[in-house]
Amino acid sequence: MTFLSSLISGISLGSVYAIIALGYTMVYGIAKMLNFAHGDVIMVGAYVCYFAFNSFGLPWYIGVLLSMIICTILGVVIEKLAYKPLRAAASLAVLITAIGVSYFLQNAALLLWSSSPKSFPQKFFNIGGKSGFTIFDGKLEISYTILVTIICCVVIMIALTLFTEKTKLGKAMRAVSENKEAAQLMGINVNRTISITFAIGSGLAAIAGVLLCSAYPILQPTTGSMPGIKAFTAAVFGGIGSIPGAFLGGLLLGILESFTKFYLSTQLADAIVFGILIVMLLIKPTGLLGKKIMEKV
Amino acid sequence: MKKLLRKDNIKNLSSYILVIVAFVVCQILIGAKAMPSMYQSLLIPVCVYIVMALSLNLTVGILGELSLGHAGFMSVGAFTGVAIALALKEVITATWLLLAVAMVCGAIMAAIFGVIIGIPVLRLKGDYLAIVTLAFGEIIKSLFTNLYMGIDPEGGFHIGLITKPEDLVEGSKMLINGSIGISGVQKISTFTAGFILIIISLIIIFNTVKSRTGRAIMAIRDNRIAAECVGINITKYKMTAFVLSAAIAGAAGALYSLNYSTISATKFDFNTSILILVFVVLGGQGNMIGSIIAAAVLTILPEALRQFADYRMLVYAIVLILIMLATNNPTLKMFFDKIKKAIRFKKKEEAKEDM
Amino acid sequence: MEIKDKAKMIPIPSSGILNENDIGKQPILECINLGIEFGGLKAVDNFNLTIGRTEIAGLIGPNGAGKTTIFNLLTKVYQPTHGTILLDGKDTHNMNTVQVSRAGIARTFQNIRLFSNMSVEDNVKVAMNNSMNYSLAEGILRLPRYWGQEKKAHNKAIELLDFMGMADVADVKAGSLPYGAQRRIEIVRALATDPKLLLLDEPAAGMNPSETEELMHNIKKIRDEFQIAVMLIEHDMNLVMGICEGICVINFGKVLAKGTPEQIASNPAVIEAYLGSSDD
Repeated sequence: MTFLSSLISGISLGSVYAIIALGYTMVYGIAKMLNFAHGDVIMVGAYVCYFAFNSFGLPWYIGVLLSMIICTILGVVIEKLAYKPLRAAASLAVLITAIGVSYFLQNAALLLWSSSPKSFPQKFFNIGGKSGFTIFDGKLEISYTILVTIICCVVIMIALTLFTEKTKLGKAMRAVSENKEAAQLMGINVNRTISITFAIGSGLAAIAGVLLCSAYPILQPTTGSMPGIKAFTAAVFGGIGSIPGAFLGGLLLGILESFTKFYLSTQLADAIVFGILIVMLLIKPTGLLGKKIMEKV
Repeated sequence: MKKLLRKDNIKNLSSYILVIVAFVVCQILIGAKAMPSMYQSLLIPVCVYIVMALSLNLTVGILGELSLGHAGFMSVGAFTGVAIALALKEVITATWLLLAVAMVCGAIMAAIFGVIIGIPVLRLKGDYLAIVTLAFGEIIKSLFTNLYMGIDPEGGFHIGLITKPEDLVEGSKMLINGSIGISGVQKISTFTAGFILIIISLIIIFNTVKSRTGRAIMAIRDNRIAAECVGINITKYKMTAFVLSAAIAGAAGALYSLNYSTISATKFDFNTSILILVFVVLGGQGNMIGSIIAAAVLTILPEALRQFADYRMLVYAIVLILIMLATNNPTLKMFFDKIKKAIRFKKKEEAKEDM
Repeated sequence: MEIKDKAKMIPIPSSGILNENDIGKQPILECINLGIEFGGLKAVDNFNLTIGRTEIAGLIGPNGAGKTTIFNLLTKVYQPTHGTILLDGKDTHNMNTVQVSRAGIARTFQNIRLFSNMSVEDNVKVAMNNSMNYSLAEGILRLPRYWGQEKKAHNKAIELLDFMGMADVADVKAGSLPYGAQRRIEIVRALATDPKLLLLDEPAAGMNPSETEELMHNIKKIRDEFQIAVMLIEHDMNLVMGICEGICVINFGKVLAKGTPEQIASNPAVIEAYLGSSDD
């Protein structure tokens, strides 16, 4: 049963990574920038939900909704103030600005909410007073949090795919990510499209924040960093810029991490996971589903 | 002789002069007891971060590849340096020599890691390369947090991963103690050593850039395919730059660690790598004097902002964003360029009037 | 020096491309059934060509005919999927771009590829990298070998730049120069590798008639001075007809015609596919 339970917890962790990675990959695809502040938006989302639930006693769905709204606004504001003025700048300059934003969010959170860890309500997704259910005659317990996380991830994945394939706005996003100038000439409002991408990415970050803290209930200003870095590697692993790639990369990374912890070593899990990632990138240098770009001579 | 006064020569020369003048001024201030102890304690870290920024600038500015794991090399240098210093404490009694040996060993070990990491890393491009450097940085951190190393009374080394080595006999001494790291370090780093390390790093970097190796490295940065077509071996020169950068960072790591009584791997995490990258980008890619100034100012700034207490890191973040906007936004950049031009024009006019 | 003397003895083939038996001595380049496929598409197919040691050869054809692809095959930027390239009689099958460069092929690029953040002189010196052999340590410590070889390289770079009338911009950043000057520097850089065969990809693109005139003169001068072969891709027919001794016309990746400028100009198939279409 350890295999099954570690697989399930891996899928659950991977689902969270996948949702975060989607944010990274969409922004990268469209704005060609590594938004290092993405991980900290997750943290903000988790805090908002925590306060809505704990301090104001709002039901969980209101809390999630509220944190999505606030994160969406936050994402758009960050984009407008910090990234938009640098649209034409070198990518490294934008990267450093994103790091600045990340520092800003972490330290603002530190001032607002202090560094002492808050314990996120663990019985967040309880149904009928129970935190989970058992299968195989009680041999395998699955918590509702895990179930909700996996369902969320699948729903988001399907919704996003439909959105980019079917809707006008989604097509505009794909056009901008292919070629900004050409998209502009076709009458697509590039700036607005980029803003919307940030909005969607940040909204997803809020969900990821709530799910992450439901599973690992320690909330502090640095909560978002490590999952952020890992989701970022997952996005690259899957082929940065590719939505199915982010999904696949996140899921695989989560499963890999879970298996490593169960079977090999908890302490060295990070080293092993990153090691496997490096090996995979050497075999497929542009990620699992990334496009191979040939330089024209 | 006109050659000697070329723009880049002047720039290199002014870097040396800046470092020497700053060193002399600091020494005078220390001698006159005019430097607050807070700043005095910052002298060695400032030197270390300057060297780290210089070495990373070799990778980012000269080679043109983004590295997000530079602190990893610092870590390798730090642990090697401290372990060597502890092991050779009785053999080498002159602390300056012990420090020098520790730094050289740190550099060599970091260079070895540079080769091991460089082989896979340099096959990749752009963001993929960056992510793999990040991964290596995390792996090094993770390994060092779980590394145990002891030395038995006969001087034999025992190494264990995750758990303490089992074959340690009584009377053995633990050198590296897992997540606690190394404690009981003899603080032998000096400001003068830091100064010398900066000067050596500058000599290595400037002279490399002005040699055939440096030209080949920059050619790869500017146009890889053209470089190949004029017979430049891409892998060899990329590796040279990467390993050189790692070695210098290793020496800086050794200097850093021997300035504290304890050292743990978590000090050299992703945030440290990013911090150094910020120095490089703010100072200007390929601009060594810029790296020196940025590293010095940004290491001192958070301490100088102590009066703002909790707000200092927030202020730091805002300053960072504003500087990036001011130097990279086309509109703002044009505005600054206009001011610069106006000043230059005025100076020229004045010069004409003088004639 | 040996090569130069040897080359002088070899009569310049009047139409080296036309007839492979026409060359008395070892040709500098022989392509035999050369070809490359990109995912089923034959970009270059069954390409045969011979170039004499000191010949100026032209490679012409409509846009997309595969001209630059042939240059990319010769310099191993792309690996040919079939066929053989003999450079000075040696098979380049197992060579990569760097080795081909050392073996004696230098090129310029259709879309200029200078080291734009480096000075003009450094651009040229990069290409001399393989003629220097001081180590990195010698460079850092500035030992006598460094100074000696750097001085030599400097003199040679200035000499080559002077040859193309560019010595006065030696200290200027390459990327800041006007288009025509950048094209000339690319040629100087290629020459600095001491090539036996110089490939020029649209050297006159973007140049005005008087610049083109000067370029024609320079190409001839390069051949005469260095006794090397030059192969060029060009759309400017005045230039091609004016200086090329042999011309190869390709279309859809295949050789359409080979011959002297006179033969090409009067070849109906060529006029049909290429020359005619632009006039009508």
